[in-house]
Amino acid sequence: MYTASTSKTFFLESSKGDLREMLGTDRRETEGEAEEAPVIIQVENLSFRYYGSEQYALRNVNLMVKKGEFVALAGRSGCGKTTLLRCLNGLVPNFYEGEMSGRVLVDGKDTRYTPTHIISQVAGMVFQNPDNQLFALSVEADIAFPLENLGLPREVILERVEWALNALGIEDLRYRSPFELSGGQKQKVAIASVLAMRPKILILDEPTSSLDPASAKNLIDSIVELNKREGLTIIISEHRLELLLPHADRLIVMDQGAIVRDGDPKLILRDGNLLVYGVAPPKVSEVARYVNAHQGCLRFDEIPLTVREFVEKVRRLIG
Amino acid sequence: MISFEEVEYVYPNGVKALDNISLRIGRGEIVALMGENGSGKTTLLKHLNGLLKPTRGRVLVDGVDTRSATVAELARKVGLVFQNAESMFFSSTVWEEVAFALRNFGYEESVVRRRVEWALNFMELMDYAESSPFLLSGGEKKRLALAIVLAWSPEVIALDEPTTGQDQLQKEKLMQMIKLLREQDRTIIISSHDVEFIAQLKPRIILMKRGRIVADGSADEIFLNEDLPLSCNLLPPQIASLTRELSFLGLKPSLKHPQEVAEELLDALSKILHKS
Ligand SMILES: Nc1ncnc2c1ncn2[C@@H]1O[C@H](COP(=O)(O)OP(=O)(O)OP(=O)(O)O)[C@@H](O)[C@H]1O
Ligand SMILES: Nc1ncnc2c1ncn2[C@@H]1O[C@H](COP(=O)(O)OP(=O)(O)O)[C@@H](O)[C@H]1O
Ligand SMILES: [Mg+2]
Ligand SMILES: [Mg+2]
Repeated sequence: MYTASTSKTFFLESSKGDLREMLGTDRRETEGEAEEAPVIIQVENLSFRYYGSEQYALRNVNLMVKKGEFVALAGRSGCGKTTLLRCLNGLVPNFYEGEMSGRVLVDGKDTRYTPTHIISQVAGMVFQNPDNQLFALSVEADIAFPLENLGLPREVILERVEWALNALGIEDLRYRSPFELSGGQKQKVAIASVLAMRPKILILDEPTSSLDPASAKNLIDSIVELNKREGLTIIISEHRLELLLPHADRLIVMDQGAIVRDGDPKLILRDGNLLVYGVAPPKVSEVARYVNAHQGCLRFDEIPLTVREFVEKVRRLIG
Repeated sequence: MISFEEVEYVYPNGVKALDNISLRIGRGEIVALMGENGSGKTTLLKHLNGLLKPTRGRVLVDGVDTRSATVAELARKVGLVFQNAESMFFSSTVWEEVAFALRNFGYEESVVRRRVEWALNFMELMDYAESSPFLLSGGEKKRLALAIVLAWSPEVIALDEPTTGQDQLQKEKLMQMIKLLREQDRTIIISSHDVEFIAQLKPRIILMKRGRIVADGSADEIFLNEDLPLSCNLLPPQIASLTRELSFLGLKPSLKHPQEVAEELLDALSKILHKS
């Protein structure tokens, strides 16, 4: 939540377009209207360059995410996805040094002035390489450790560990050492330990990249469920979009550190070829685009993202 | 080129990761290992360069038993790109990382330079030549690991999840690279969860489950089978599902290019709409 004084600073610093948005949000919050969700992440004119490197990893990024939104982030390898996500949980600039301008507010807190352990309770992040996240002697202990650090009661810890193991389908790995697991199993443990923290914002950096397809689907399904049932805000970077896009409210495409697309996935896919940004649309969407290009008896006004959507449209045509 | 004879592998913690694997791979073949997390793919790949030795049975690479071969002997023949690329790095710059193995194999400095340059350019890493390997992005690390192995181009190339962290343009490049290597008679073994990538590459596919091989066949045979992929935690490629769902229009299940599928669909539709 923003206090009156932080909203005021927003006023002074944000550009005109953002200003109207901010005014709107501010009014809604004070009047207590429930329909429009409050802003939970606000990124303003953010640029960042890692210490020692010449290139900017982020260039003037502006982004506003509302509570409960489900955001997919895509773009070429090296375009800045991970760096942006590191900014959202305060790792940049508190852990990764460099030159940062602009600012990032997470749940009203300016990441520059808030300790990382506070922000990471609000915005939990699963790293791209799970090896950086695992350290304990057993899978169970790895998930429980951060909860113990929060000083939660024992029953709550046990319950959450159980829940997280279950959500990822890894109950059978509970006593195994995290270092003696396969790549995909490690990734599942890393995700479970962040889920168990119950953050308001869940940030996942290419979480399915080492998962087998069925596990990837299960993971996305449980995240969708968390998003729907608990209003958890989700931000996921991914290269394999076919599992993700049907659930995403929003697709953001980055290129060379800047945001180049931001909006409804179906419209973005319909209106342009994203291959130059290294983004592969789901194969059914590609088929639909070829169908549209032919201007034959079938036309998709809305680009389908799933096989089912595609087939339903065809069935409606032939009655 | 490669043969596994009744190979069993048990990790020191007692996990049996390979269970009676028998397998032959010919020179110049492209093979994809697929299957659920923990099914034994990485363990199998690590047997190719002698990183792991079978608990029972034996592994022959180009006629040589990996248990009697020296590490150096095998390293010349087999290049393995690790699933966790970072664990391959130890140099302070990207350039040195690629040059190291080449120097080790005794190439002249001018050859080393040319090959490093070629590999870094191909993997779009030249801008990072002087950077630390450890500070690259996830996808860049993976490409560096690929560059290291491509630069010395061994006879057998094993790629553990090569597409992780790669965008579509890089995946297409990787696909070209793999096809080029096959033309040079290299033997390529890939472990991958990337169904769409493999469906496009169309290699011989070996499905693994709990340390065993459960199927071995062409991409069509594996992916167009209704039950097999699902039984190994794989989802069928979208084109396979789509063409199957459209079979009521007379389309046959296939792994064709989206453009071809679009054309077939429009043909089928115009015939039907014409009749009525
Ligand atoms: N270093 C290790 N020590 C002990 N057990 C291990 C080790 N590495 C893997 N295992 C176990 O061996 C089995 C096979 O693992 P492997 O890494 O070969 O699987 P994989 O098919 O490559 O899986 P993934 O798709 O997740 O990478 C799993 O049960 C795993 O937990
Ligand atoms: N710790 C770091 N130090 C220096 N440069 C980095 C670091 N992490 C990433 N980079 C660089 O920043 C750019 C963006 O990287 P990243 O955000 O990881 O991209 P993505 O996640 O989209 O692949 C790349 O050029 C990468 O090499
Ligand atoms: Mg990344
Ligand atoms: Mg593996």
